[in-house]
Amino acid sequence: MADITISHLVKTYPGGTERATDDVSLDIADGDFTVLLGPSGCGKTTLLRMLAGLELPDSGSIAVGGKDVTYLPPNKRNMSMVFQSYAVFPHRKVRYNIGFGLSMAKKPKEEIDRKVAWAADLLQLGPYLDRLPAQLSGGQRQRVAVARAIVMDADVLLMDEPLSNLDALLRLNFRSELKKIVKDLKTTTVYVTHDQSEALSLGDRVAVMRKGQIAQLGDPLDVYDAPADRFVGGFIGSPPMNFIKAAVSGDGGALIVGDQRLRAPSLLQSYSSTDVLLGVRAENVAVDTQRSSGDVPGTVLVVEPMGSSILLTVEVEGQTIKVQAPPTFRTSPGATIWLTFSPNSMRFYDSETAMALVAR
Amino acid sequence: MTTTQTKPLAPQPEVDTAPLKRLRRDRALLQAACIVISLFMLVPIYLISLAALSTRESLNDFPLSLLPTNLSFETLGAFLGSTGILGAFGNSLIVGIGTLLISALIGIPAGYALARFAFPAKEPYQLFLLFTRALPIVVLSVPLARLFLTVDLYDTTYAVILLHTALALPTTILISASVFLSVPIDVEEAARVFGCTPAGAFLKVVMPMALPGLAAASIFTFVMSWNEVLGASILTLDHRTLPAQVLTSLADSPLAYRFAGGFALVIPSIIFIAFMRRYLTNMWGSTIR
Repeated sequence: MADITISHLVKTYPGGTERATDDVSLDIADGDFTVLLGPSGCGKTTLLRMLAGLELPDSGSIAVGGKDVTYLPPNKRNMSMVFQSYAVFPHRKVRYNIGFGLSMAKKPKEEIDRKVAWAADLLQLGPYLDRLPAQLSGGQRQRVAVARAIVMDADVLLMDEPLSNLDALLRLNFRSELKKIVKDLKTTTVYVTHDQSEALSLGDRVAVMRKGQIAQLGDPLDVYDAPADRFVGGFIGSPPMNFIKAAVSGDGGALIVGDQRLRAPSLLQSYSSTDVLLGVRAENVAVDTQRSSGDVPGTVLVVEPMGSSILLTVEVEGQTIKVQAPPTFRTSPGATIWLTFSPNSMRFYDSETAMALVAR
Repeated sequence: MTTTQTKPLAPQPEVDTAPLKRLRRDRALLQAACIVISLFMLVPIYLISLAALSTRESLNDFPLSLLPTNLSFETLGAFLGSTGILGAFGNSLIVGIGTLLISALIGIPAGYALARFAFPAKEPYQLFLLFTRALPIVVLSVPLARLFLTVDLYDTTYAVILLHTALALPTTILISASVFLSVPIDVEEAARVFGCTPAGAFLKVVMPMALPGLAAASIFTFVMSWNEVLGASILTLDHRTLPAQVLTSLADSPLAYRFAGGFALVIPSIIFIAFMRRYLTNMWGSTIR
């Protein structure tokens, strides 16, 4: 168990011109579960592999528990890792696979046996200890990979998209199981995923990455609720956050969307007569078939019943947005409905830089 | 509540069995082809074995009996007893195994490097490897004979081992490179993260997974060395390998001797392949991944 300090880490792959990680700095507290989230090619896996020692950075440093490990070989780092492809050893029985790290560390046999039994019990692998990985299902193989990682008493537990090769239902079940196991272990964990729901549900903290840099770091709910820029808002959430072109009126008191005027929050006072992007989540738009004050009219384009809600695609002042309506809401394509944006859930972004606006 | 279907079934068109018959015919043809090819391989081996294990007189019988009626080890015994054969047999074994060991020792690391590392001129290097095989063995052997004469290696099994290693290396390297490519790199990285040194990860994880493919490569090397005759005849006089020995005495020896020689040449390769077959079939099976 240890804290991790990553500072100014730069890595360019040989033959590439773009930086895979571009001056990334990140502090991870002891025992924290940090998720690196981002689209493919954003550098999250590169960052994890540099933590593991499987890639070496061009510059910058990594310290674990106050000790520099930047250029240390993987076997000297006391880390353990769960790989996306499981990476279990196919020529050896499950028992050997789970105990592999311990036997490499030359631990006494009784201790290995005890820990293997403990991990097998925890991950329901007891009946399969004497099988070869080829005789297991994909889900069971992934459990072997997790068991192999957690028996290690490592300083840091690294996970590289461990759930992405499982089918949807299995993934959902194993996700909550994994969260409980890691919580009980209290090991500092770094988890890489491109799945935003995984990131939100597992992490103590989420670092959203884009083009080799960390776009936003924070509590999962903060990242969801108040994205730092348009990219984060568009990447997190299903459906992604709506972005509507709008302008602040000359006196700063109203927000103009097309022909409609909305009451502007006080934040916008200092941005009078500028173009802004209004960001709002689909579930934060109230819908009604009747007009009431402050409402914006919209034309329904698509109606998608999702079971627990109805997802509407609505055209508002020439812009298309997604709106989540309660399952009892009845409408059909072509109908006009009335939308209410709740002032507290509106976020504002600079129309050019796409960064969140702050009061000034 | 019995709402089972009461509607009369629509008239079904006649079942067309022609595609099914075609399928059956194709399968039968495939089986026939397999049998023909097997016979093509097996009949000569059978005939040679038969002739080698028959008495010298029965070889001259007409018509020749195709069943082993006159089994005897007389011919084979005479062949093995004749001068130089047992020695040549031993030489062949030494050369075969020596070639296998040295080419594995050099070729497996080279194959690993080709599979795992990017280095300048990798593609030209792979092509260049095959150039050794592009040269006729005679062209290689004559200068080698001169060279070996000056360094006092001429007429030794070492000389033949070196030549055969040079001949076998390209295939050993390329086959083992493709074998190592099929071992996922993640597994090796996992071994590293869980405490292995690079050498440890190679020996504990990569090698066991690559073994079937490497065994196949070694079969290839051994059989190549066992069958190679031209270079071995040029590079040796008194320490000939079996094919070289048989070749030199073939022209002026009785028919029975030739059959016995052929038999002695074929059998060890077959035994070796049978022994390594387990690894071969594993490779196409489920061992890797």
